[in-house]
Amino acid sequence: MPEKAATNSTDTALHVPFWRDPTKRGIVFQVFALLLVGGVGYYLFSNTQANLARQNIATGFNFLGKEAAFEIGESLIPYSAADTYAKALLVGALNTIKVAFIGIIITTILGTIIGIARLSKNWLVSKLSGGFIELMQNIPVLLQLFFWYALFYEAFPSPRQALHPMPGVFLCNRGLVLTVPEAHPAHAAMFWALLIALGLGWGIARWARKRQERTGQLFPAIRVGLALCLLLPALVWLGYGAPSALDVPVLSGFNFKGGLTLSPEFAALLLGLILYTSAFVAEIVRAGIQSVSHGQVEAAMAIGLRPGSVLRLVILPQATRVIIPPLTSQMLNLTKNSSLAVAIGFPDFVAVTNTTINQTGQAIEGVALIMAVYLIFSLSTSAFMNWYNKKMALVER
Amino acid sequence: MGNESFSAGREVLKPPVTQVGVVGWLRKNLFNNWYNSLLTLLVLYGLWATVPPLINWAFIDSLWDSSSAACRDIDGACWSIIPQNISFILFGFFPHGEQWRPITAIILLLSLVFYSKNKKHWKRSLAVYWLVGLIVMGVLMRGGIFGMELVETAQWSGLPLTLMLSLFGMVCAYPLGIVLALGRRSRLPAIKSLCVVYIELIRGVPLISLLFMSSVMFPLFLPEGMTIDKILRAQVALILFTAAYIAEVVRGGLQAIPKGQYEAADSLGLNYGKSMRFIILPQALKIVIPPSVGILIGAFKDTSLVVIIALYDVLKTTQVTLSNPKWMGFSTEAYIFLAMLYFICCLGMSSYSRKLEKELHTGR
Repeated sequence: MPEKAATNSTDTALHVPFWRDPTKRGIVFQVFALLLVGGVGYYLFSNTQANLARQNIATGFNFLGKEAAFEIGESLIPYSAADTYAKALLVGALNTIKVAFIGIIITTILGTIIGIARLSKNWLVSKLSGGFIELMQNIPVLLQLFFWYALFYEAFPSPRQALHPMPGVFLCNRGLVLTVPEAHPAHAAMFWALLIALGLGWGIARWARKRQERTGQLFPAIRVGLALCLLLPALVWLGYGAPSALDVPVLSGFNFKGGLTLSPEFAALLLGLILYTSAFVAEIVRAGIQSVSHGQVEAAMAIGLRPGSVLRLVILPQATRVIIPPLTSQMLNLTKNSSLAVAIGFPDFVAVTNTTINQTGQAIEGVALIMAVYLIFSLSTSAFMNWYNKKMALVER
Repeated sequence: MGNESFSAGREVLKPPVTQVGVVGWLRKNLFNNWYNSLLTLLVLYGLWATVPPLINWAFIDSLWDSSSAACRDIDGACWSIIPQNISFILFGFFPHGEQWRPITAIILLLSLVFYSKNKKHWKRSLAVYWLVGLIVMGVLMRGGIFGMELVETAQWSGLPLTLMLSLFGMVCAYPLGIVLALGRRSRLPAIKSLCVVYIELIRGVPLISLLFMSSVMFPLFLPEGMTIDKILRAQVALILFTAAYIAEVVRGGLQAIPKGQYEAADSLGLNYGKSMRFIILPQALKIVIPPSVGILIGAFKDTSLVVIIALYDVLKTTQVTLSNPKWMGFSTEAYIFLAMLYFICCLGMSSYSRKLEKELHTGR
């Protein structure tokens, strides 16, 4: 009987025409799709080859080794117009990373504060943050960048009449000038001390958790860790003889000397990106906190946890799981939006590449470089996200 | 004695003044504990320090319709830049005498949008109205027949360009996004990987790189002698970009549909196309209305990026106005006007999506 059924099915399979067989049809579809994509790709490629040959544009990345011959306004590494295109692009990439890094840190903090303020019981605070979120989300970020940039250039006075909102801070149309501590070897040492303190704090937290699991005894790991992070750098600072000299900006001629100057382009870009993205982050934080059901909080209080512990042990771990994935995509958005710097003249990677394209005519290589650099950012972030999601995923029965 | 106290007890006691009315509301919402009171006072101080000077600047010391020279003598806002330049900001290089045409087209578009807002009108006839409306708008913009002067696309600028880029961007990106999402969920490995590569590639790069591609790279792709309009190229870049995001949103909706629905459709003997059309997509698309409106609002805002490749959308015409020496230095006012324009459009879309979400919520 089973044999007969088997022969029957093979018999019918033989009679089924291939366009009725899902497997074969699938193969035909795929071959067709691949041929279509390949054909279009080949057509475009051959056109491009012909066009480039006709216009005498050399292909390849040889231009990277040539002299760039253009200046870049701000740079983290020493750069002059005599350097190569490769170095100019590196300067641009570092500027992008600088904006993205500072922006991400401030945006996360500001967005979290606004998100929590949106849930505040204080009517005024809640409504104001709601208004801020609506306003920022519904205006294009490019328009916001133009607005802040124009404000720096038009509304702020010249350095001579610079606004002076706080001691040591000057606002003028040359940018934001800040007082900073004078460079001293102690600062580098303090940074290392902070890193060591963070490592120690992590170790203590681990040990405290292990001990609690074993014996049930609590250890104030967070407080000790915080104290370490403050004390260790402070001790190093004292050890170097407490250098406290400040680099105060002073007006000389038409501009400020000394201090730390953030150019109007950089300040406008950072401000626009931070305000725009933090509105989205605030909504994510709000939704994350609201996603923790009220029963969880009640249950935590019922077993006698203090409000601080409820927040730390019950609400936050569950809210973070909801918050982190969209938060990462917002951080990525901020990084991608930093490419709008090209519109207000901040030399980020896209702006420098754009200049390179205009000078060398290597459009394809230039656009490919932009895409490759941003893809590296995005793909590494998604790799991290997948790892994090696996680590944080709920282990269900 | 007992009777007396009983009657006194029956007397209805009013709640204390501090619990009801304005005072009660204030106590409950602004001063319910010490740190909230402190916060309220701080916020009030902040508002007191910023709002009156702003009102002064925007309304009291401001000029609403004057020459630019008069504006230079005042401290307040110079809103005059808007009425004095409105026709250039909104319609750019469209011939001045013919501007009734884009105005009519925009009114037509708005009335179509308002007509489509009502769910009762969602019938096949609506698609016909839109098709007719779009053709009429196209004819109005381009002209060349019925005695209307021919206006090349290079002269289309300002608000009509912004609206056109966003409208076609949304309308064409949505079906493409659905196809990509279905492709990504396909069982056929080649189709699946093509879609995954496309979606991840596009989502990984900024829109600017696609716009650069459309403006500097794309001409190299075409055979000799063939050119494609610059606006059309930017439009294609916007569509390709938005479609990848739509695809991810729709995929989320497809994943949220329980497996039983797919199996039920299969067991009814529906083929792939029919089961998607009648069973899966109607449910999935309903779930993804809120996130896709978010994407569409994003697409609308992103059309402003065409400024960077020198297309004259409404942001670029504003900048051109501001580069006129006569009106230089009034950027704040002009940008605030533009921000309000975008804000109203985006807020309209998001509040409509919230309303629609409620209407479509069938209690599943």
